[in-house]
Amino acid sequence: MARGGPPALLVLEDGSSFRGRSIGAPGRRAFELVFNTSMTGYQEILTDPSYAGQGVLLTYPQIGNYGCRAEFDESDRCWAEALVVRELAPRVSSWAAEESLGEFLVRRGVVALDGVDTRAITLRLRERGAQRAVLSADEGDVTVEELLAEARALPSLEGRDLTGRVTCRSPYDWTEGLDGEAPAADALPLVVLDFGVKRNILRNLVSAGFAPRVLPATTSAEEVRALRPAALFLSNGPGDPAAVAHAHGVVRELVESGLPTFGICLGHQILALAFGARTFKMKFGHHGANHPVLEEVSGRVDIAAHNHGFAVDPDSLAGTGLEVTHLNANDDTVAGLRHVALPAFGVQYHPEAGPGPHDPRHLFRRFHELARGGVPAATP
Amino acid sequence: MPRRSDIQSILVIGSGPIVIGQACEFDYSGTQAVKALREEGFRIVLVNSNPATIMTDPGLADATYVEPVTPEFVARIIEKERPDALLPTLGGQTGLNTAMALYENGVLEEFGVEMIGARYEVIRKAEDRDEFRQAMERIGLKNASSEIAHDMEQARAALEAIGLPCVVRPAFTLGGTGGGVVFNREEFEETAQRGLRSSPISEILIEKSLLGWKEYEMEVMRDRKDNCVIVCSIENLDPMGVHTGDSITVAPAQTLTDREYQRMRDASFAIMREIGVETGGSNVQFAVNPEDGELVVIEMNPRVSRSSALASKATGFPIAKFAAKLAVGYTLDEIRNDITRETPACFEPALDYVVVKMPRFAFEKFPNASDTLGTQMKSVGETMAIGRTFDEAFQKALRGLEVGRTGFEGKTTPRSRDELMELVARPAPGRIFAVHDAFREGMSVEEVAKLSGIDPWFLEFLKGLVETGRALEGRTLESLTAEEVLELKRRGFSDAQVARACGATETEARRRRLELGVRPGYRRVDTCAGEFEAHTPYLYSTYDAIEDEAPPTRRKKVVILGGGPNRIGQGIEFDYCCVHAAMALRKMGIEAIMVNSNPETVSTDFDISDRLYFEPLTLEDVLAICERERPDGVIVQFGGQTPLNLAAGLRDAGVPILGTSVDAIDRAEDRSRFTELLTKLGLQQPENGLARSADEALAIADRIGYPVLVRPSYVLGGRAMQIVYDERDLARYLEEAVTASPDHPVLVDRFLETAIEVDVDCIADGSEVLLGAVMEHVEEAGIHSGDSTCVIPPITLSEALQDEIAAATRALALELGVVGLMNVQYAVQGDRLYVLEVNPRASRTVPYVAKATGVPLASLATRIMAGAPLSALGAEEPKLVGRYAVKAPAFPFSRFAGARADLGPEMRSTGEVMGVDVEFGMAFAKASEAAYRRLPTEGRVFVSVKDADKKGIVPVCRDLVDMGFSLVATDGTWRALREADVPCERVNKVHEGRPHVTDLIKDRAIDLIVNTPLGKVTRHDDGMIRTEAYQAGIPCITTLSAAVAAVQGIRAQRSGRGTVRSLQEYFAPIGAHPVS
Repeated sequence: MARGGPPALLVLEDGSSFRGRSIGAPGRRAFELVFNTSMTGYQEILTDPSYAGQGVLLTYPQIGNYGCRAEFDESDRCWAEALVVRELAPRVSSWAAEESLGEFLVRRGVVALDGVDTRAITLRLRERGAQRAVLSADEGDVTVEELLAEARALPSLEGRDLTGRVTCRSPYDWTEGLDGEAPAADALPLVVLDFGVKRNILRNLVSAGFAPRVLPATTSAEEVRALRPAALFLSNGPGDPAAVAHAHGVVRELVESGLPTFGICLGHQILALAFGARTFKMKFGHHGANHPVLEEVSGRVDIAAHNHGFAVDPDSLAGTGLEVTHLNANDDTVAGLRHVALPAFGVQYHPEAGPGPHDPRHLFRRFHELARGGVPAATP
Repeated sequence: MPRRSDIQSILVIGSGPIVIGQACEFDYSGTQAVKALREEGFRIVLVNSNPATIMTDPGLADATYVEPVTPEFVARIIEKERPDALLPTLGGQTGLNTAMALYENGVLEEFGVEMIGARYEVIRKAEDRDEFRQAMERIGLKNASSEIAHDMEQARAALEAIGLPCVVRPAFTLGGTGGGVVFNREEFEETAQRGLRSSPISEILIEKSLLGWKEYEMEVMRDRKDNCVIVCSIENLDPMGVHTGDSITVAPAQTLTDREYQRMRDASFAIMREIGVETGGSNVQFAVNPEDGELVVIEMNPRVSRSSALASKATGFPIAKFAAKLAVGYTLDEIRNDITRETPACFEPALDYVVVKMPRFAFEKFPNASDTLGTQMKSVGETMAIGRTFDEAFQKALRGLEVGRTGFEGKTTPRSRDELMELVARPAPGRIFAVHDAFREGMSVEEVAKLSGIDPWFLEFLKGLVETGRALEGRTLESLTAEEVLELKRRGFSDAQVARACGATETEARRRRLELGVRPGYRRVDTCAGEFEAHTPYLYSTYDAIEDEAPPTRRKKVVILGGGPNRIGQGIEFDYCCVHAAMALRKMGIEAIMVNSNPETVSTDFDISDRLYFEPLTLEDVLAICERERPDGVIVQFGGQTPLNLAAGLRDAGVPILGTSVDAIDRAEDRSRFTELLTKLGLQQPENGLARSADEALAIADRIGYPVLVRPSYVLGGRAMQIVYDERDLARYLEEAVTASPDHPVLVDRFLETAIEVDVDCIADGSEVLLGAVMEHVEEAGIHSGDSTCVIPPITLSEALQDEIAAATRALALELGVVGLMNVQYAVQGDRLYVLEVNPRASRTVPYVAKATGVPLASLATRIMAGAPLSALGAEEPKLVGRYAVKAPAFPFSRFAGARADLGPEMRSTGEVMGVDVEFGMAFAKASEAAYRRLPTEGRVFVSVKDADKKGIVPVCRDLVDMGFSLVATDGTWRALREADVPCERVNKVHEGRPHVTDLIKDRAIDLIVNTPLGKVTRHDDGMIRTEAYQAGIPCITTLSAAVAAVQGIRAQRSGRGTVRSLQEYFAPIGAHPVS
């Protein structure tokens, strides 16, 4: 049904298979398939390190409309293993486009297909949960059985620490703010533990008044302290947060030392785990740009970008010193936490957007106030 | 925050008659809001002059006033009802302006009425061009550079600063009335003057033209806790320069990067906050420079709108309902999403389909008006289509438009490249088809984009469709594989398109497709792109679907076919009937399945039926639904001509049609069978004949004598119907307007001059008949019934004649075996009764009859069609005692500069109003006022009548003079009046030199015009007079009988204010039937 082009085949672990057209690089990948309901921002999604180990299905059917542009990258490569869409735009139309999505996918080595009924697959993922899957693109004759066996052989994301794949190899400083803004002269020194950090987080931190130094995920507490930061940031990232065990102790030690701390997504989960809470794997997670987040104290709702397959179990918070500050208003899952006694807080969602709404951006300013010793974490 | 407990009753203002720019979307929003507020226990007082609305059903609000939506009448309702609050944001610009006036004249303060939803200052800030511009500057958003002017001098100075081309935007007007894009000084002078006149505060904005920029709309909601959400983004396929109501639009936005989209989203919220819209929905329009993404704010509407209705239908997020709840204190997180049932309303819908909206125009009704589109809205309706891809949605929308296109196609006649380039460059209704031809002729996407300003992203798809269609030509159906057919269907090609390319019939193409096993699947509109389970069967078809959703039930079920896009002659009245059908069926425990493609309507609210299929009303699309649902019956009587046209095809495919048989419909519509029917019943019709050629037509006219009424067979709304007075005119008609042929015969009827027309609506079950009402037209025969003013009960017909009419109607209904509704049109000449037309279906007057009498004909008819005998319904024939209900039309002439504003057998009104009072005169005066033709109580009257009326006009004029009016008349009438000793001044006709009559009209030195034109003679002058009158807003009476009525109305207005009474009060004493 595609407009011509080499064939591609997607097989899910439940045995279902979908034939379409290859619109990216040739090859074969195995991954956990998740769906994302954002209607814009495909390039930001593909380059988000949190997608390592996952393939993304975009539920909006017309993708690639405005092409790709280097500055939309959220990291230096594509981390999503594969892309599944209903229809790749036959023409790119935007002043911003530097290349088409098809060219981008080939250049970045991402396998992708279009021409499949993405809603049918989405409903399947909703009913049966995220599925392990294999996508074969432009490989000649492949059988469903062959791919199915590979999909079923893929280990689950549960129990897997993928941060080692995505973290920086060596420390670096980040100096670019939003819209190219330069750092403030009195910027506060900040350590970012990089579990797969997105560039837009770093930009937001700079614009909020921080001077971020990004450190590898395995950095020790002493190494962090040696830099004498004013605050600590725990980044987003892929995989199972419970498996990132080495970070739990480091984070606890640093937070208990009184260092103001903010965690996003995986960073938020690690903060919870560090104080003894538990996380669990969700059926199909939250991936989209339209989820309501209710702040309990103010009763206000922010529409926020979400991208997570694991969540903090609220029943495990007793005795951890952590309390829930935000709920996902769709399903009442934990969307934000803070420590009752220590200057630390985290959110499950993505205030940095990229892609997504800017509603919760104020959290970066709140973090900055916290780091300056101004106000406690959860007061609006 | 819970519901407010400090207010108990709320006044809701409706939008009045359907006019261009303000159509049934406000019935949809008002109905939703009233239902939502009553659910919350508020007492609702409603005012709307439009009887064809669902919102004015007496069961909906607690007190329903069908009274003029003017500050004066609404003030009297406030005085009587003492509501605590006023919700002004649901009745379009009319509701907003009326509320503003009530604030300004102190009525709201005097009676302690609080404006909820939007406060006075907020509306002012959003609507006043200058205040809005300053507000945008404060929050750092760009406006197109502009200047404000309050007179021509200021306007000319502004032009110097802004330059040409520029846009003239009048403040506080509806749908851009009076404004436009101008390219030269001459156009500027004309448009600026018109704009100053159109604006109630004489204010225009002269704005830099952003012609060719991309245009977007954002539908925003905000609650009192400052939670904001975007419900939907919309991208216009037609670039800036064409009013968004006249543009093809697509949801969601397609060509914005995430950064651009978020910037627009942030700007929308900033605007809501700066303007101060505390609760409710608003619409914000933006322009984006395609060269660099520069963002400019165009305007915002602090109320629900046509776009919010579209957004609600496109996403499943009911904006008006939620806006009402927010206005009484709820916040978005406290309201549940109706579709998912578990998630809150505080979210942003995610779409996994593409929505395309197409405007529907009526330029064929206004032959002298330019069809170039600009910033002043001119479309009369719209259709929406949902598909999984742009291709699919676009082609579905084109066939849903019902303009004879079966998809994206062009003209068969070849055109020169120059001609094509011109057509592609000029925004006009048919431009999209010229784009088709341009690609067919080998033009590139770049060339077409440059000429049209349409984004290449859209054009590439359109070009692909042209190429796909071309590749199909010359193929045979047999040679098509299942895969190929599936691919064509996924690109939205209809069976008819495939058939034409392959030289086959639609039936053959359909058979081949089914042979290959290619069938559509159905998907839910679920607000969340599949993330959560949906519980509401709001469905669209797609050939994408591997798995169907919302499988059919095994309940007893009936499919109701709606009317598709609104057009002149087929609009809200039919939607009213469809909605009643759904409600009646549900009450009987029968599953009601609605099929319609009109996003403005109440019928396409997913709350109304058990299942909603948002689909084009073509045989292919409807059959697919019937095959899936296997309904116990289909109702084709209620949606106007659209479903009737499908009846035979459905019957032939074995689909059971409910109610009156297709054969009976044919007996009423086929002229020779109709004549047989009347002869059998001993009824008379005007002498007539059916002509299959021009010669036959001339021969028939010769036989029956001139004047004759000519028209093509099978039309609604009097399309191309004309009265011709002599052979030469008839020959011209047959040459220019309508070609008579064996397949398309022309009807020639003797035209009954000076006859009174009568309409009757009734219901029947095959053995019994119930008359709803006998309606007497105020104008003489010759004016389309949809354009004429009429009254219940009759005012001049004798008892004997009324009995004869009743008997004839009963005989017709029984002979035809009518099961359901029937409308008969009669003419009475002297004491002779002629049958003009019988329509065994819902008529335009059904809702008016229901509001006048309290008898819900459409509901009763539905129950009969579903099998209940009339005798079991407990309904009685209504007898109106102690009140008159006058229906009057509203016209769109002021939208069409250059269009002739004369009335005739071709319908041209877009809507209607009802005036009710204890006396006919006051009811007539109220109807005139409600239709924005308020009768004067003093001043100067211009009189010019045809010879036949010169005697009859004398007493009318004498009455006017007695009431203190002064008269001016053109020569002939002046003489007649002078001879009768009626004081009168003489004025020049247009060709007699200046100053002449239109000068007086332009200067507004006239307060009322009486001008009877039906004769052939002075037609040109008459047309100009009436056109100028409409432009100047001066009431214009065009028949002697209407002049008599107007005098009664004026007298009534001079002697008192009439009564302001709710329908509930009117109906209570006679024990009316509750409207379900």
